[in-house]
Amino acid sequence: MANKGNILLKIEGLRIEAYAEEKWFEIVHGVDLVLRRGEVMGLIGESGAGKSTIGLAAMGFARDGCRISGGSIEFDGLELTTTSEVDRRRLRGSKIAYVAQSAAASFNPAHKLIDQHTEAPVQYRIRKRTESQEDAMELYERLRLPNPREIGFRYPHQVSGGQLQRAMTAMAMSCRPDLIIFDEPTTALDVTTQIEVLAAVRDIVDQFNTAAIYITHDLAVVAQMADVIKVLLKGDQVEEADTRTMLNKPQEEYTKSLWAVRSFQREQKLRPSDDSAPVVAVEDVDAAYGTVRVLEDVSFDVHAGMTVAVVGESGSGKSTTARCITGLLPPLKGRILFRGEELPPSYLSRSKDQLRQAQMIYQMADTALNPKIRIGDIIGRPAQFYGGLKGTALKNRVDELLDMIELDPSQFYGRYPPELSGGQKQRVGIARSLAAEPTFIICDEVTSALDQLVAEGILKLLDRLQRDLDLAYMFITHDLATVRSIADEVVVMKQGKVVEQGAKDAMFKPPHHPYTDLLLSSVPEMDPDWLTTLLEERGVDNVGDAATT
Amino acid sequence: MRDVGRLLLMRLGLGLLTLLVVSALIFGAVELLPGDIAQAVLGQGATEETLAELRTELGLDRTAIVRYVSWLSGALVGDFGVSLLNQQPVTDVIAVRFANTLFLATYAAVIAVPVAILLGITVALLRNSIFDRVANVLTLTSISSPEFFLGYILILYFSVHTGWFPSIATLSEDITFLELLERTFLPALTMVLVVVAHMMRMTRASIINLLASPYIEMARLKGAPGWKVITRHALPNAWAPIINVVALNLAYLITGVVLVEVVFVYPGIGQLLVDAVTKRDFPVVQACCLIFAATFILLNLAADVGAILTNPRLRHPK
Repeated sequence: MANKGNILLKIEGLRIEAYAEEKWFEIVHGVDLVLRRGEVMGLIGESGAGKSTIGLAAMGFARDGCRISGGSIEFDGLELTTTSEVDRRRLRGSKIAYVAQSAAASFNPAHKLIDQHTEAPVQYRIRKRTESQEDAMELYERLRLPNPREIGFRYPHQVSGGQLQRAMTAMAMSCRPDLIIFDEPTTALDVTTQIEVLAAVRDIVDQFNTAAIYITHDLAVVAQMADVIKVLLKGDQVEEADTRTMLNKPQEEYTKSLWAVRSFQREQKLRPSDDSAPVVAVEDVDAAYGTVRVLEDVSFDVHAGMTVAVVGESGSGKSTTARCITGLLPPLKGRILFRGEELPPSYLSRSKDQLRQAQMIYQMADTALNPKIRIGDIIGRPAQFYGGLKGTALKNRVDELLDMIELDPSQFYGRYPPELSGGQKQRVGIARSLAAEPTFIICDEVTSALDQLVAEGILKLLDRLQRDLDLAYMFITHDLATVRSIADEVVVMKQGKVVEQGAKDAMFKPPHHPYTDLLLSSVPEMDPDWLTTLLEERGVDNVGDAATT
Repeated sequence: MRDVGRLLLMRLGLGLLTLLVVSALIFGAVELLPGDIAQAVLGQGATEETLAELRTELGLDRTAIVRYVSWLSGALVGDFGVSLLNQQPVTDVIAVRFANTLFLATYAAVIAVPVAILLGITVALLRNSIFDRVANVLTLTSISSPEFFLGYILILYFSVHTGWFPSIATLSEDITFLELLERTFLPALTMVLVVVAHMMRMTRASIINLLASPYIEMARLKGAPGWKVITRHALPNAWAPIINVVALNLAYLITGVVLVEVVFVYPGIGQLLVDAVTKRDFPVVQACCLIFAATFILLNLAADVGAILTNPRLRHPK
């Protein structure tokens, strides 16, 4: 990459504390970091590793309820821990810029994109408003946004997620900062959209020789972006090395375990040879929200004991299909069959037993569990409702379920959801769905909010439960690594239609439907040259938007 | 923008429907008032003949439905009938009083709304500081004191002790606008004190509610100074709840001022309503109630429109 210059940022022994339960807790325990001009450092680790906290500290910023309690942060010769808040504030936006995880949430809904872009340069008197607008349009063009001279005059809700993420990168460049903090900028995006953002980020960092800290939990992504990788674990630094060394010869056990995550893959099962009816069959289903048609002629089967993964980008109709199966959204046309018998279209007219058979596990265990109800009661409620259990029988059943999901009943029965970690909450969500004794479970992106190690634990658990209880899964996901590890059959959806379906091994072997091919080839790989090669293959102008439409 | 227009038309239609229901309720409630209206008007000494004559004259011998329809069709063209007390058209009786009430409400609102919003923004900016706490305690005190009590306290200090302002807000034809402002200052101030707290606290709460949003953090990470974070980034997204509370309080300034009018002997519509109820002047009671209801509905409609116009998603659809 471009010539590396002098030291720009030097962090030594950084300690950060957070305030909780009327005490200060240390969450970052002495981290050192040196970043040179034009260099990109990848900060990786699971949630709770302190990545974002350290990234923000590099801007001299601590979130409400956090404070920098020790160490030094020297940016371009200025010690940030001792300068005044006003001086620190003046660095932000002008010398150090920030790109947030969700651009959709981080752009102010009340202002046009370009007005948010010009805010900092005008405030710092770097450029006049009209100059800054002109500059914004040039940056938009450089980042290959469609209609670069017009798009800035739209409001955030009028622009797609991937485009917003690029507009935010442009905004970060508005004052030509020396350093940009990228805080998981592609985590919320589809793989196909992720590529365009990654390409744009790398491009612009190269062109302006900007230094960057790239925060992510996705190892393959960081391999494409960073010159140097630093691994963090629970607020401690584990190791640091240049990207290729780190990928080829990780030193620490923890790093090796991170690298090994993607290895879980269970044996693929085949459909039963006899022609027994599938557990769930979706036949020619059309569905619409109001007048907007969202599903067209969707058909697939799920057989007992098997996992069907439904993949596609956001808006492809994956979750809508799930809503049709559960009866939350009665289809316009077509049928849902359960063991060969047609189910009433609306859940309102289904019998209790029909409802019991199909259960759901949700993406956000945080919002799917009532925070004010004890774990025991959350799991006990469906057991009581569907199974009619009471008293000791109910308690025993809940204990049994907690055992199944590998949580100790004596410890977890009386606790509340907010006291649990993300993975534990998702396990409770699984137990709740099992309590109804279903034969079919819809898993809606159940691992996408979890760290990879935790996600793998959940996948293994789901796999074991499937074998023990002969469950059929419909696994909604946009993550092809998950598909690889757990699916037997795959259904690929695009814009409400099924574009390809079949057994998993066939799916991952060519020839593919062009869309499946695009999805597969867009999944980042650990090879640091992957993005470069891919972009060359696809051609510069054929990335993302252009390729998907 | 076409969607916004349709939304507005629908709200307007719903408002009219509500008003129709309310008119039936008002009419029904007046019907339920105890005692015979003719008896109340003519007094105990009236003979059966004169009573019967009056009932015929007032149309009381007709069924309630027929009377309701004829009253409503009159009201639609601005004819609320004739006052039973002095035989004047109700419209004339009310017009003057309602204008007075509107004047006082406007006077109070012109002071209260900007003060409340500015204070709300300031305390949101200085949240958890001494200033914030003092403002909280003071506004809570004023909101929890009954308005007649506030009124008398103000009279005691600003009128009795210092003599700065008159304690009675009587009006006459020949006073100048400035004199008018001076005479009605104390009742206006009383009402300001009653409504400011509510609006200020809502402004503060809706702004602080937004301060945890990612786009507020983004604004701070772009180096925006504190006041700019609040006024440029938080406030434009906080308008909807603020506008609603402002509308509710404006409605209160018009319909809830009876006690203040009594304390300061101000000739507004509230006093008129109280008089009319005690004297069984039912055409006036009905007309007053209908005006109050219309005010409420109209202001809520205005709040809805305001909330829509400040929401970029509705103003600029995809």
